[in-house]
Formats: sequence, C-alpha cells, structure tokens
Amino acid sequence: MNIALAIIALSAIVALALGIGARRGLRMTLEQWTVAGRAFGTPLVFLLSAGEIYTTFTFLGGSGYAYGKGAPAYYILAYGTLAYILSYWLLPPIWRYARQERLVSQSHFFTHKYDSPWLGILVAVVGVVALVPYLVLQFKGLGIIVAVASYGAISPTVAIWIGAVTVTVYVMVSGMQGAAWNAVVKDVLILAIVVFLGIYLPVHYYGGYGEMFHAIDAAKPGFLTFKPSGQSILWFQSTVALTALGFYMWPHAFAALFTARHESSFRRNAIVLPLYQLILLFVFFCGFAAILQVPGLAGPDIDLSLFKLAIRTFDPWFVGVIGAAGVLTALVPGSLILLSAATLIANDLVRPLSPGLSEDAVALIARSLVPALALVAVFFTLQGGQTIVALLLMGYAFVTQLFPAVVCSLMARNPMTKQGAAAGIVAGAAVVAYVTLKGSSFTDLVPFLPAQANDINIGFAALIVNVVAAAAVSLVTRPAAAVVSRSA
Amino acid sequence: MTPARWLALLPFLGILVGTAFVNQVEPLVFGLPFVLAWIVGWVIAGAAIMAIVYALDPANAGREDSAR
Repeated sequence: MNIALAIIALSAIVALALGIGARRGLRMTLEQWTVAGRAFGTPLVFLLSAGEIYTTFTFLGGSGYAYGKGAPAYYILAYGTLAYILSYWLLPPIWRYARQERLVSQSHFFTHKYDSPWLGILVAVVGVVALVPYLVLQFKGLGIIVAVASYGAISPTVAIWIGAVTVTVYVMVSGMQGAAWNAVVKDVLILAIVVFLGIYLPVHYYGGYGEMFHAIDAAKPGFLTFKPSGQSILWFQSTVALTALGFYMWPHAFAALFTARHESSFRRNAIVLPLYQLILLFVFFCGFAAILQVPGLAGPDIDLSLFKLAIRTFDPWFVGVIGAAGVLTALVPGSLILLSAATLIANDLVRPLSPGLSEDAVALIARSLVPALALVAVFFTLQGGQTIVALLLMGYAFVTQLFPAVVCSLMARNPMTKQGAAAGIVAGAAVVAYVTLKGSSFTDLVPFLPAQANDINIGFAALIVNVVAAAAVSLVTRPAAAVVSRSA
Repeated sequence: MTPARWLALLPFLGILVGTAFVNQVEPLVFGLPFVLAWIVGWVIAGAAIMAIVYALDPANAGREDSAR
C-alpha cells in the first residue's frame, strides 16, 4: 500500500469512528436515526445543507465538467444561489408543518397535505428513482479516488466495492448524527484543499488566472462561452431553473430540513450559503488548469481530471490528503442519500402497504435495506458510461417534478387537487423516463417545436408538461364548491 | 412581508435573463471570462440582497434563539 492510499484509508477509519462515537448514549428510534430528534441549531443545519452541495459532485464532477465542457459548468455556480433565495420563503412553512405533524419524510408531507396515502407512495417512488443516480455518482467518485490514488494498484471495480462497503457500514452504525459530525470535518478539509488547489494550480502552471483563461481561449476558441446550439444559453437557463427549483425537492434534502431546531435557521442560512457557493469557483479553476496540462480525457473520464493533474503535480502523500478529502465528500452525502432512500422505502412504501407494523419493525426494515440499496447502486455504477454531472442532472429531472405540488400545497387555498398533483408528477416523470431510456429528444415527442427547443433541459420541458397536466386534472376534479374562487 | 423582498427577484433576472447578453470572454474581470464574472457578481449580490431582506423582515425581529 502506498502512502496516498494509507492516508485515504486512515481518513475513512476516522470517519467511521466519529460516526460510532456520535451514536453513543442515544437510543436509536426511527426519528432519532433519521432526523436526529430535530435538535440541530443553525450551524449544523448550515453544514448539513451545505454539505449536501459539496459532494463528490462538485469536487470531481464540477472540475471534470469545467475540464470537459467549459462554460456549461458555470450553471453549477448559478443554481445554488437562486435556490437559497427561494429557500428563504419556501423552507419555513414546510418546516412548521413538518414539526406540527411530526413528519419524518417528504412522502409524509404529501400524504398529510393532500390527505392521500397513495400520493405519498407515488412521491416515495419518484424519490427513490431520483436518488439512485445520485448515490451512483457518489460511489463513482469514491471509485475514482481510490483507484487513481492507488496509482493503478486497485482496479476501479474493487475501488467501487470498497467505497460501497464503507458507506454502508457507516450508515448502519450511526444514522444522521454521524453524518452531521463528519459534515463538519469534511467541510473544513474540503474548503482548505479546494481553495489551495484552485489558487496553486493556475499560478503554478500559467502564472495567474488571466493568463490561464487567455491560454485556454487561444487553444480552444468558444470553450469559455455558451455555444450557439447544444449546451447553449437556452440550455443554461432551463438547467439553472430546473436545478434551482429542484434543489430542496430531494428526499434527503427535504428530510434534512426537519433536523432544524428553529425555522429562523433557514432564513439566516439564505444569506451565508450563496457566499459559500463561491468555493465552486476554485473547483472550476482546478478543472480549467487541467485542460492544457492533462489533455485527452474524454467521455466519463473527464471526471478524473482533477486527480490526474494532482498526481502530475504533487508528492504521493499530498495526493493522499486530497484523496482523503475526496473520500469524505462522497462518504457524507453518500450516507445521507443511502439513509434517506432506505427510510423512504421502509417508512413510506412498506408501512402504508402493510399497516400494523411496529415502530421497531419499520426501523429494522430501514436498516436492513441499507446494504440492499448499496448493492443496487454498485450494480449501476459498474455499468458506467455517464459523467457525474449527467447523473445528477438525471436525478434532478425526476425530483423537480415534485416542486409544483409542494408549492401549491403551501398556499392558503391549495389550487391543486390530489388527482392533479398525481397526474402532474406522473406526466413529468414519464416524459423524463421516456427521453432518458429511449435516448431520444424532446422534439421527437412534440414534433412541431423548432430544433432549438432541443437545447432545453429535458427535466425543465417535463416540468412544463407536468404543470399543464396538473392544472387540467385539478380543474376537472376540483370539488364543486371551490370552483367559484378560481385562482389557479 | 416588506417591499424589500422584491429585491430578491433581481438575481433571477440577472442570472436567467442577463447571462444571455454577456456571453463573451473579453474583457476578463479579475482574470475571469466575462460571462463567468457576471454570474459570480450575482452570487455575491444575491447574498447582499438576502442580508437586506433579512434585516427588514419583521419575522426576524427579536429572535435570537441560538448562538450565532
């Protein structure tokens, strides 16, 4: 084992120890395990929601996208800010309702708001479908880190298995408390490393940012701006809109909200979190610096760019430190996602379908689903083929379909009926699934649109279909008495 | 609910609409391509705007529930 791998392994062990330590002295009820007894103050809620963003998605995916695609990566910097601004008004009412009804999941939220267990089940299914690519990308990131940092000694396949086992053990021993404490360690480490790399690499290889961007612009004209078609401005706009709206619709992000002790945490965080986003800039700099230094990575391999450049630049021990930070960026969010998916299935699919199960039985099912789900994700990870960013966008395309129904349910008089909500979610998700599975484009479905419409992010196009379907069905199924005040 | 909350629309306009008009590399701003610098500017402005909204929002008056 080389020094880089030894440091990475040590960091994983410390993370496990922190997780086990956090568990001591608490009785692990389902509520404790998943929402940590709703007892986190502003700083921890801040780190959990921020920790949700600084995942392997940004660390490897963000730098890889800057390396491989150029300007389209800018979207990653833009959407969080808009999501945080929305969160100022969106999250407090969700949190209040969740506390009042003692909800532990997003699916519960729909069940209660729309008074429909079936809608809750539908939402749980969409949530699990969206979480799988998100989990896959964390495993993929872990695999890349371990494989590259081993300098080829460990194959990517074995590396993915090692990562999956670590995440699984971690979740099974600690639940949310573990995630929270590792989020603290992880964020400090990743912040320091990304800022260092984002300053050091451009200066070391090019002499400065201006020089670096001039060199890239000269070597690849048009790379640093949006293209006239394909990933055009229209793609940027629709992708930012989709991801900003979907940001808090992830089942794990939604459930993480419930960990707050007070709603003012969200409003305060809405000020600080946009600034925290700026760390992404340094991630981009790493990817841009790699363009002319480690050229030739293509397809899903663009995600390797940061590590390839690190290996070219630094001694193995420092590659190990970068790898350790990278492992935590996959471990913490990976565990949150795995935990959410398991809870989702146990609590929101199994429980409503087989009433009479005890609290302990549901908690046991949730815990035993963790390794099963990890196996499913490993299976998809080994199939390969997609970049990290493409995987996340696929998840977003599904999960954002929940947004219209959430927003309508927060209105004083909900214009959407449960049938309307279900129709919208099903229609939107069906469009995404069709286009994703068939590999076709939106204009195949709606042939009268101009070709430029293909630049629109498919998730956003599906969202429009979703809203139209929800509005139409809500109008038809609305109780007669409510028709008078038509304000949808 | 104060009129200040309408300020929160500005980052949406700046990022979702404005970016279409600044899709260019030159001039570099602090070494960044112009379109990237434009987005960065709106991220910072977004935080500033939310600080103003927070300060003027009566919902936050006299609420210091946790150490911060």
